[in-house]
Amino acid sequence: MVERAIRVLIAKPGLDGHDRGAKIIARALRDAGMEVIYTGLRQTPEMIAEAALQEDVDVVGLSILSGAHMGLVPRVMDLLRANGQQDVHVFVGGIIPETDVVALKKLGVRAVYGPGTITGAVVEDIRQAVTGTPVPFKE
Amino acid sequence: MDVVEAILAGERLPLARLLTQVENDTPVGRQGLDGLFPFTGRAHLVGVTGAPGTGKSSLVNQLANILRHPQNGATPLKVAVVAIDPSSPFTGGALLGDRLRMRDLAGDPGVFIRSMASRGALGGLARATADVVLVLDAAGYEMILIETVGAGQSEVDIARLAHTTIVVEAPGMGDDIQAIKAGILEIADILVVNKADRPGVENTERALRAMLDLAGPSEGSDPAKGDDAEGAAWSTPVLRTIGPQAQGIEEVVQAIFEHGDYLRRSGKWRDLERARLKNELDNLLQSTLLQQWNSRLPNGLYESTLARLCERQISPFQAVDDLLDNKLQPAS
Repeated sequence: MVERAIRVLIAKPGLDGHDRGAKIIARALRDAGMEVIYTGLRQTPEMIAEAALQEDVDVVGLSILSGAHMGLVPRVMDLLRANGQQDVHVFVGGIIPETDVVALKKLGVRAVYGPGTITGAVVEDIRQAVTGTPVPFKE
Repeated sequence: MDVVEAILAGERLPLARLLTQVENDTPVGRQGLDGLFPFTGRAHLVGVTGAPGTGKSSLVNQLANILRHPQNGATPLKVAVVAIDPSSPFTGGALLGDRLRMRDLAGDPGVFIRSMASRGALGGLARATADVVLVLDAAGYEMILIETVGAGQSEVDIARLAHTTIVVEAPGMGDDIQAIKAGILEIADILVVNKADRPGVENTERALRAMLDLAGPSEGSDPAKGDDAEGAAWSTPVLRTIGPQAQGIEEVVQAIFEHGDYLRRSGKWRDLERARLKNELDNLLQSTLLQQWNSRLPNGLYESTLARLCERQISPFQAVDDLLDNKLQPAS
């Protein structure tokens, strides 16, 4: 039996064109032994939820620098739930004001990362999220 | 509803989850495969291979797009894409970026895209690719496009899996001697020169055509089997495409259908199926035998034999004899 690899979707919803953060995270997770599906810029919440479903990922990482996070993230969360993927862990990175961080976490976002985050911390959080809690259908 | 029924009914989440189980070779995955296997054997499997950066993903995107929106008014086929990218040999991690080029297919319920990491397999596919394809076949996807890892000269496993193999080249990839080397070009049923707006496209096309001329028809026609004008041998077409402008894609799709017709007419479809299943059976036998032998091996015997081998006390052949002989004794 193959050891189960953690599968992560890294996506950039919305219209900003700054994908350096997303690429750095994608690379760091790859180097941590995860399988990272990178979908690139300007994804709609629908595209992200569809990719998360088809790829059966454990984690979705959203990178948003446009300020539209309070519009985009809830849409993605709703679509994931509608698809039956409420067990997927959602992480958000970008320029997110403190008050919004609280709101996003209330929505079920696992963690929010701003500038200066150490990639190792993200790796650890994801590992803990995926292996530390029971994940239905994936015994 | 159980997983098999749900998948046959076209539900996507159970399908995606079973693909994970199959990829991880779990008991649940094997059970699912057992249940779905009777419903396989209907899809046309099309391999797309070629060197890194020749435009395989973009081509797959365009091919699927045309299959979903046929211009001649034909019914669109349900299309699955299995895209394989390499795993790191050091960490086992992978960056799967093929979806990036396939955004035109988003939102279409008749398309299912799945990315796979090669997980250490060297032939251009992942070990579980054949099984993942079986599941998608049973799920009713009529054409399955399998995009290999960016391939060099000998990643030719795709030819054993696919009915139709497309090899993608780009201008400037080498001279005519490269073209007559053994390996990847030999497995092509359709040769595509992508990025045909780049300089050097004539040279590349000429070299490929010259290679094909030297080889003669790729598969001989057999008059004894009643091959006539209709059953003539397949001659590999060389087609020019420009990915982003969707130029020449229609012709590639046409060639895929023609090759499928040719395989069915000539009986080669059946031969390929048989060869593929035999290959899978043999692989499974090997790994299962190895596992069984391993589980019955007395503790420490492997290490002690390896130590004697390193000391040059026995040869590798003697080591194998020792290890296998011992297995014949009842395990203590």
